[in-house]
Amino acid sequence: MTTSAPGTAPPPAYRVTGPSAVSGDPRRLWNLARTLAATDWKVRFFGSVLGYVWSLLRPLLLFGILYVVFSEIVDVGAGAVAYPVQLLAAMVLFFFVSEVTGSALTSLVDRETLVRKVGFPRVVVPLSVWLIGLANLALNAIVLVVFVVLQDVEPRWSWLLVPIPVALIAVGALGTGMLLSALYVRFRDVKPIWEVVLQAAFYATPILYPVERVIEASQTLATVLMANPLAALIQETRHLLIGPGVPSAGEAIGGTALLAIPAAILVALTAAGVWRFARTAPTAAEDL
Amino acid sequence: MRVEGLSKAFRLPHEQVHTLKERALHPMRRQRFERLQALEGVSFDVGRGESFGIVGRNGSGKSTLMKCLAGIYRADRGDMWLRGRMAPFIELGVGFNPDLTARDNVLINAVMLGVSPAQARERYDSIIAFAELEDFQDLKLKNYSSGMQVRLAFSVMVHVDADLLLIDEVLAVGDAAFQQKCYDVLNRAKDEGRTILLVTHDMSQVQRFCDRALLLERGKVVALDDSRTIARGYTQLNFPTTDVSATVRAITESDGGDGGAEILEAWTQDPEGNRTPTLEQGHPCALVMRVRITRPTQEPVFGFSLTDEQHRRVLVVTTEWDDRTTGGYDAGELVNVAVSFDNWFAPGRYHLTPHVAYPGAGGQLMAVRESVTSVVVTGSRTGGGIVDVPHDFVWNTVSPDPAAA
Repeated sequence: MTTSAPGTAPPPAYRVTGPSAVSGDPRRLWNLARTLAATDWKVRFFGSVLGYVWSLLRPLLLFGILYVVFSEIVDVGAGAVAYPVQLLAAMVLFFFVSEVTGSALTSLVDRETLVRKVGFPRVVVPLSVWLIGLANLALNAIVLVVFVVLQDVEPRWSWLLVPIPVALIAVGALGTGMLLSALYVRFRDVKPIWEVVLQAAFYATPILYPVERVIEASQTLATVLMANPLAALIQETRHLLIGPGVPSAGEAIGGTALLAIPAAILVALTAAGVWRFARTAPTAAEDL
Repeated sequence: MRVEGLSKAFRLPHEQVHTLKERALHPMRRQRFERLQALEGVSFDVGRGESFGIVGRNGSGKSTLMKCLAGIYRADRGDMWLRGRMAPFIELGVGFNPDLTARDNVLINAVMLGVSPAQARERYDSIIAFAELEDFQDLKLKNYSSGMQVRLAFSVMVHVDADLLLIDEVLAVGDAAFQQKCYDVLNRAKDEGRTILLVTHDMSQVQRFCDRALLLERGKVVALDDSRTIARGYTQLNFPTTDVSATVRAITESDGGDGGAEILEAWTQDPEGNRTPTLEQGHPCALVMRVRITRPTQEPVFGFSLTDEQHRRVLVVTTEWDDRTTGGYDAGELVNVAVSFDNWFAPGRYHLTPHVAYPGAGGQLMAVRESVTSVVVTGSRTGGGIVDVPHDFVWNTVSPDPAAA
């Protein structure tokens, strides 16, 4: 048996504490997340002739369809300033959120073999999914720029502020993704529930329709819709892109002070994600 | 490396509740769990540059211990300290993706094992060279044979430099040549002063590599000693010595011979005269039978034979061949007959058949009990033959024959 005489100091070495959400060398965390994301990215286009071109071509075609349907056939956006750009900006952001949360949700379970066989900071798993989402977002943004140029939207200084709501959306998406992935380890019904929630959110967010339509109908309804942080942030992005012709999030919710509601929800959701993930991480390998 | 009082329990739910509906429908039902104590108060130290084995039967907690050390499971109690960088190899080729090429997979696997992507790219050529897969670099992994995949994975493992290697039975894979390569690599790592922790149930590996070893049984440390002693203990653990009565059955009736004698029971015993169903190789032992003589007899012949699992007769001894006079017996007399010898049989199970015969040619049987009991020879070294008799090699150079020159 071990002869650890009382009084002998433990060796000046590090202690193995077991798995956690974030621990150890941050460089290793980054390396892992980056490598996993790059691998997934490669596998995604595996076997296709056009390869990476698809990551640009696909949003371009999808946006083209939406553009034709909603501005030429069904004129939902009649009267709205630069409606196609509004539509596409909102679509790009919503796609990002639905992609990141949707794939983060199953990520821990999908990466089961890794989680069970290697010790690494567990946050790497949703983080890699998030990185792919960001890469797609960047590519879609390029497509969006093409549409902005085609639509003759005047360049304005407020464009410089666009990264702020986009960054907030990204943080919220990561937080929500972490929450969902941690819950999914235990409850497999999170997946269908989340699909329904996303579908509902798509229509409850001013994406296809301009928010002015909602305000015209009922300011209360607009306030309720804008309480959704995603809706508020998307509306703010539209405002920053196009200018005063489009109501800002504060105007849409009916007073800047009311923006505290979506802000609080965003913070709460992200904090819940971090907390829940940190709790699940140590036992994820056993519970999967 | 030091481990102190490590414990780990798993909760095994009787019914896995995976959906909210199940929760909602049965809110009052407490989930019932069975606690499985996988590890209990495990403590040991491993010094720098030492090769340490962790052995135990299936389900003894070896792999759980390994996963705790590797940071995959969180221990319930106890502390673990490490000095230096550790590379755990729980499984070969972690993160391999069948749709990607060797290059991509090497990168993923190496990064999973703690190498930076830049280092992994640097070492890629030597990894491929070691795996002898230069001609197949651009092939997708799914087109590799399983042997090639293993070679690639092992090659990555070799190129991860760490002070402490944690290896979980990965050496059990591959063909003989590959295994030899594994051994060479391990030996080299050992020579370089790296610490090696080997989890296995292959005793020959433990004896080959490990200075010391730890024997786990039901999550507890049963023994911690030099690897040879542990290997012996492990074999005995696999063939428990506790249940003597079940193996050595009392015999109530003879099933052979003319009934001139009755073999009541037969057993094997150790040098101290204790009955045991396991005999250690290289030690003295004895085969014993108890006979009741039913008819007055002069010079009965007592004999034993042992057959191995393949029904090969490995030993036959009789008093007649040994020219021993056994004397005369009256009806009803009880005789204990024992033959003792040094046990040089290869490890394995043997069946004992005692017999009693009339003297002289023909040797009509008075009693025989076919395979009345069996005995397990324990031992950790065998040349692979039926017996491992003590031996000695002698060699000398013979000078060339002057006549032939």
